[in-house]
Amino acid sequence: MKLSALHQSYINRRTNSFRSSGPLDSSSDSAIKSPAAIFWLVFHALCCLISLLLGYRFSRLVFFFLFSTSSTNFYTSPFRSTAELVKTLDVHSVLSNNPVANLDLPLLNKTVTNSRVVVGRHGIRIRPWPHPDPVEVMKAHRIIEIVQKEQRSQFGIKNPRTVIVVTPTYVRTFQALHLTGVMHSLMLVPYDLVWIVVEAGGVSNETASLIAKSGLKTIHVGFNQRMPNSWEERHKLESKMRLRALRIIREKKLDGIVMFADDSNMHSMELFDEIQNVKWFGAVSVGILTHSVNTDEMADRKKDEEENPRMPVQGPACNASDMLAGWHTFNTLPFAGKSAVYIDDRATVLPRKLEWSGFVLNSRLLWKDSSDKPKWIKDIDMLNGDIESPLGLVNDPSVVEPLGNCGRQVLLWWLRVEARADSKFPPKWIIDPPLEITVPSKRTPWPDAPPELPANEKPAMGMQDPIVKHSTKRTSRSKHRSKRKHEPKTDTQVSTRHSEQS
Amino acid sequence: MRKCLWLWGLLFFALGFAWSITAERNPCTERISGSAGDVLEDDPVGRLKVYVYELPSKYNKKILQKDPRCLSHMFAAEIFMHRFLLSSPVQTLNPEGADWFYTPIYATCDLTPTGLPLPFKSPRMVRSAIQLISSSWPYWNRTEGADHFFVVPHDFGAYFHYQEEKAIERGILPILRRATLVQTFGQRNHVCLNEGSITIPPYAPPQKMRARQIPPDTPRSIFVYFRGLFCDVNNDPEGGYYARGARAAVWENFKSNPLFDISTEHPTTYYEDMQRAIFCLCPLGWAPWSPRLVEAVVFGCIPVIIADDTVLPFADAIPWEEIGVFVAEEDVPKLDKILTSIPSHVILRKQRLLANPSMKRAMLFPQPTLPGDAFHQILNGLARKLPHPKSVYLKPGEKILNWTAGPITDLKPW
Repeated sequence: MKLSALHQSYINRRTNSFRSSGPLDSSSDSAIKSPAAIFWLVFHALCCLISLLLGYRFSRLVFFFLFSTSSTNFYTSPFRSTAELVKTLDVHSVLSNNPVANLDLPLLNKTVTNSRVVVGRHGIRIRPWPHPDPVEVMKAHRIIEIVQKEQRSQFGIKNPRTVIVVTPTYVRTFQALHLTGVMHSLMLVPYDLVWIVVEAGGVSNETASLIAKSGLKTIHVGFNQRMPNSWEERHKLESKMRLRALRIIREKKLDGIVMFADDSNMHSMELFDEIQNVKWFGAVSVGILTHSVNTDEMADRKKDEEENPRMPVQGPACNASDMLAGWHTFNTLPFAGKSAVYIDDRATVLPRKLEWSGFVLNSRLLWKDSSDKPKWIKDIDMLNGDIESPLGLVNDPSVVEPLGNCGRQVLLWWLRVEARADSKFPPKWIIDPPLEITVPSKRTPWPDAPPELPANEKPAMGMQDPIVKHSTKRTSRSKHRSKRKHEPKTDTQVSTRHSEQS
Repeated sequence: MRKCLWLWGLLFFALGFAWSITAERNPCTERISGSAGDVLEDDPVGRLKVYVYELPSKYNKKILQKDPRCLSHMFAAEIFMHRFLLSSPVQTLNPEGADWFYTPIYATCDLTPTGLPLPFKSPRMVRSAIQLISSSWPYWNRTEGADHFFVVPHDFGAYFHYQEEKAIERGILPILRRATLVQTFGQRNHVCLNEGSITIPPYAPPQKMRARQIPPDTPRSIFVYFRGLFCDVNNDPEGGYYARGARAAVWENFKSNPLFDISTEHPTTYYEDMQRAIFCLCPLGWAPWSPRLVEAVVFGCIPVIIADDTVLPFADAIPWEEIGVFVAEEDVPKLDKILTSIPSHVILRKQRLLANPSMKRAMLFPQPTLPGDAFHQILNGLARKLPHPKSVYLKPGEKILNWTAGPITDLKPW
């Protein structure tokens, strides 16, 4: 069965060039009896014997290309074991691109025009460099952008308003980490954006260089107070900084929706779509990610989690008819006395009763003389103290609109993680000039194990860096440029540990 | 007098206002009109009459009872067409006034344990059915079947074989040569496509597709999507036979390209992923048609058809060149360049055409039937072939068909 099918296809290929039509169905009957067919049968048997001897598949087509003239078809081999052969044959086919003279068999004339599609074995066309072409990739991304923009204009929010983001920050080790996260989230927002960054301790080049990379419209202001070391004080200062930003919005008469993005929070993209629905004053649910490093607390936590395995959420609570009924706040009782006081404590950092980041407001509420302002909003300049949360700006808390499916959707997560207050980090996180540190190699691949300081190690062969004794570092040994795979990862950790302990 | 004029003016204004509100000013879709005109929404009722032969149940119901899987595989169109005609106002019980005659034979219902149809007995079955109708009713002999139509949704239509070479060797069943064939296979200048056949989409389950819809504002982030075989290792171990090497070429050229989400794994989120893709590949397999086209159209993904000379369903009613992208098999290595060089306004227009609900309806076989669905398109196609030319009716005593043509095995009784 197989032989006759192959046979038939061989006949077809012999007589047809790629592009031309070929009488397919009628060729088999008459051609079988011709001597040419018998010759090919013998040839095929010969090739089978050769491949048996050689041990790999020896296609008759290789023979074909070696011995035949160019007057038959150009046909790329279905060889896939030898890649070069494919490539060379591919090139061969590309070169002989012009369809050559058809060897039409003098067979029955068919009145029906035959399909130019040939039945039988075809080559698998592979281009010379079957990898993504960067120009095409960029064009494709542009197409995807256009399609998504069209989708948004059809199904998304109509008439989106500008988003005004307020972020209090200060220069510290983890500032780059947190601020970059927020920055990238804001760069992905499909609406117009104004980013107001209030920096404690005055405007600094660090922060300025960081936010300049975003390409967003930013307003960078300084606040003339240094960030204190305790969480209480820090929360108070941050509230003051946010009020400063609100005053800027009022001065500049910015129009849009104000949201508070603390630099260590994580925002989902749905948040920005959802806040477009706010009319005057809205609240969203915030997931609270408290972490504890202490193992005792972990054990307690586990018990709590069995009873109450959900992540604590702060936000509006609705009753059955989807009206605001109250507020979910964070339960601080399990953490009484065990929470962090100073910024670099290893205990759990607790959020306030209601975080600023869970509220959004229409910027027109802040304008001085706006005629359509509702009556329940307090004037910022009339506040006699600081407010703990934006609820302090409203006279009547029941006017708050719950967003995110009435608070059931958590759209952002609150987290506070900070490094030690005295931790050193290179300015702008750029190491310049490049350090010449050599560190001892560790024998264990486990990153948490403390480094074993070798007593007297001889320098290894084949090392490339010179040994340098850095003044503030311990005496280091030469770095093995060995083939151990875990080395590069552990080196940097050891160096930071050295820097911390020095 | 003045008051009258004012009243008229007000009336016109009100009417214009009302019309502008109620008219479908939807910027998301565009009307579709093919070479036969704007015919997707035509109602076939009143334009033709179909008489359904009453065959003994061994040709239809008994087969279905033996294997109910026939109702959900991609060849189920023949069964559903029968059911549709029995309950449609197009059916007439008076054969004298009928324009078309339908013979309900479920020829693709002999399934292997894995669900693939075995077409070996089908020619004999069809033959015996036609012998029955030609002896019991005079209408077959009147025209030798030229005003009869058959639904043959198998791989190569009325060839009843899944291998193309074998199918071409056998030819269309000789006794069906004059009948109109409603089939899924379509390829220009191919012996398997008779002039005047109607190409239909393969059956795809509408409820399953409707149940898996995602919100339309989910951004389309996959550029090209394809799930399916690239090489058929069982039947074509060396490669080059299956899909004429086109699928293997797609894999070899684009397997490392992040824009092409192609693989052989069948994920559970197949339908959802298609709705997140901009282009969906519909390459040929052993036959040039596949249910992927239907799925791509229903989910709004622009179909990229890689099958030379293929004829797509309802080609006279649906302008496929404006809706899909046709890529020649030899151009597969340049597929990424072809797709990225399509101007964006063309892509957006194709998406608008695909969003047209009448387009989606025309590809499906819903139960119960809806206006504008594939059943109605088939009837519209049949109606467009009316009135029958005079050559259809044979003179008494004239015989054109050769009842003894074809392989010997087909002549055995069923």
